[in-house]
Amino acid sequence: MGKNNKNTTEKVILKHDHFQTLIDLLKEREYRIVGPTLGEGAIVYDDLNTVDDLPIGWTDDQDGGVYRLKKRNDRAFFGYTVGPHSWKKFLFPSQLRLWKARRDENGFHIENDKNEIRKFAFIGVRSCDLHAISVQDTVFMHGIYSEPNYKARREHTFILAVNCGMAGGTCFCASMSTGPEATSGFDLALTEILQEKGEHYFVVETGTELGAEILLNVPHREAKKEEIHAAETIIKNTSQSMGRTMETKDIKDLLYRNYEHPRWDDVAKRCLTCANCTMVCPTCFCTTVEDVTDLTGEHAERWRKWDSCFTMDFSFIHGGSIRASAKSRYRQWMTHKLATWIDQFGTSGCVGCGRCITWCPVAIDITEETREIRKSEQTHSPNNSIKEGNNNENA
Amino acid sequence: MTTIKKPKLAVWKFASCDGCQLSLLDCEDELLTVASKIDIANFLEASRRVVKGPYDISLVEGSITTPHDQKRIRQIRKKSKYLVTIGACATAGGIQALRNFRNVDDFISIVYANPQYIETLETSTPISSHVHVDFELRGCPINKQQLIEVLSAFLFGRKPNIPPHSVCIECKRRGTVCVMVANGTPCLGPVTHAGCNAICPSYCRGCYGCYGPKETPNTTSLSTWFSEQGVKKEDIVRSFRTFNAYAEAFRKESIAHEE
Repeated sequence: MGKNNKNTTEKVILKHDHFQTLIDLLKEREYRIVGPTLGEGAIVYDDLNTVDDLPIGWTDDQDGGVYRLKKRNDRAFFGYTVGPHSWKKFLFPSQLRLWKARRDENGFHIENDKNEIRKFAFIGVRSCDLHAISVQDTVFMHGIYSEPNYKARREHTFILAVNCGMAGGTCFCASMSTGPEATSGFDLALTEILQEKGEHYFVVETGTELGAEILLNVPHREAKKEEIHAAETIIKNTSQSMGRTMETKDIKDLLYRNYEHPRWDDVAKRCLTCANCTMVCPTCFCTTVEDVTDLTGEHAERWRKWDSCFTMDFSFIHGGSIRASAKSRYRQWMTHKLATWIDQFGTSGCVGCGRCITWCPVAIDITEETREIRKSEQTHSPNNSIKEGNNNENA
Repeated sequence: MTTIKKPKLAVWKFASCDGCQLSLLDCEDELLTVASKIDIANFLEASRRVVKGPYDISLVEGSITTPHDQKRIRQIRKKSKYLVTIGACATAGGIQALRNFRNVDDFISIVYANPQYIETLETSTPISSHVHVDFELRGCPINKQQLIEVLSAFLFGRKPNIPPHSVCIECKRRGTVCVMVANGTPCLGPVTHAGCNAICPSYCRGCYGCYGPKETPNTTSLSTWFSEQGVKKEDIVRSFRTFNAYAEAFRKESIAHEE
């Protein structure tokens, strides 16, 4: 992504039939263009060649444990929400060889892997995911040590954001203050507008010099007041139609106060410890490292793979796993995401994308689990039992 | 200068279909390397040459279904330094463990013209019910890459990288879309041991549980969800009663839904 430039915030109009020009320009600059496309009954992120690779005219229906593709009655390019994939699959690959080594008569030699990383252009990044990328930036690049592979991928990524024109059944970015409008972290941001008369255009906001430079060569014109207003209305409507809500007030201390709570036993009965929530989460960053040798013993490799706090091996130290029960594993994940993350990285680990709710095979809902814990405090707390209905007293 | 003696490997067959042993022969590209590093001392499916024991490593395929095999496995254990079971039969009793849920005599009288010649046990049981097992490699059949991993780990004295987590992790790492969530297809992936690299979901099929229960499987939660989605009781029983029917978690779950 390019540098931020405050002087390039003027909004312009890009007609839908010039979207291909934008893709072509990025291609000319040798970007690997990835974005939403249809695959295996869902909208996934994969390589895009032309604008027709976008899921034009498709949308999704989402709820706990349920995702269904549906046809729209228009030809919207971005008329859906986030799917099973997140951008971490490109910036933080699920399986990565860290190095390989060779043994010969002179000893053991590490061989440098010369896998060239093509710079990415991400098409259609939603605000929740911009925040997720920023969370992973903090984890991988802004600490004492930075992760070189992530950095190499991240630094040259071009980001075309899309403000959400609809909220999904499991979305709650409005609660987490992470959307639905892209406010930073993009080169260009679009709001898609489809009018009944058949007009189809994008209101474009520029976030960086690089974004401005690209836009320069795409036919566009200055946006009119009413067009900007139309875009703002769309975002406002999206914000007001979130499928889920999460009360975040005092959330860190709420969870810290409730390490022992019957709700953890309840969720443990339902939790499959399958790890799907952590795999689909755009901020989860845990990995395991596997060293492998071949049969000859002359070659060795070290692989890094996505791991999850829901496995037994994750907390295995001498003598056994620390978090042997499903209860302790679910509690670890949820309290890390919503509470200890704040102490560790200064932000919440949850961006309200709703993927963990949709892609949980048995529909466990992080917003519901939080609400139940909060609710029990409100009903049982001696402070609050005096004044009924005054829910925020016991902060 | 003395040459380093190659470790001796033996492959043994019990009640099974031979598919797992064949995985060793299927290691086409790696087979010559295997043979150069390991002395294949007893592998009747591949060679009639039999070198006497003891053996450094025994790969055991199949389950125990006869009194004769009950004795034989003890002898094999005695002459094996490491004993590794390969496949669902050796590890969980196999598909033939379906007999464990019924009276075996009923089957014998239906299948054999002269049942009096048949000497069999009431149950089909995994090798670990009879002798100590050093490592259990799952699958029906096993994955040949995993077999090579186990053999490599054995050769160099390291722990094999055979994670016991769910198939879901394999789906997600390869980017496969969840068939349960996106299509409503019942899938055993969330309770099944990884190892196949999620073959069935990658072809839009639910997982059949060929690798048996994963670590800490919550089969009750999964089948409750199946029921809520309209899967019939008898189909839940059937889904847990395949190649790993007698593995504890699957056995208990199928019994719980039996009328």
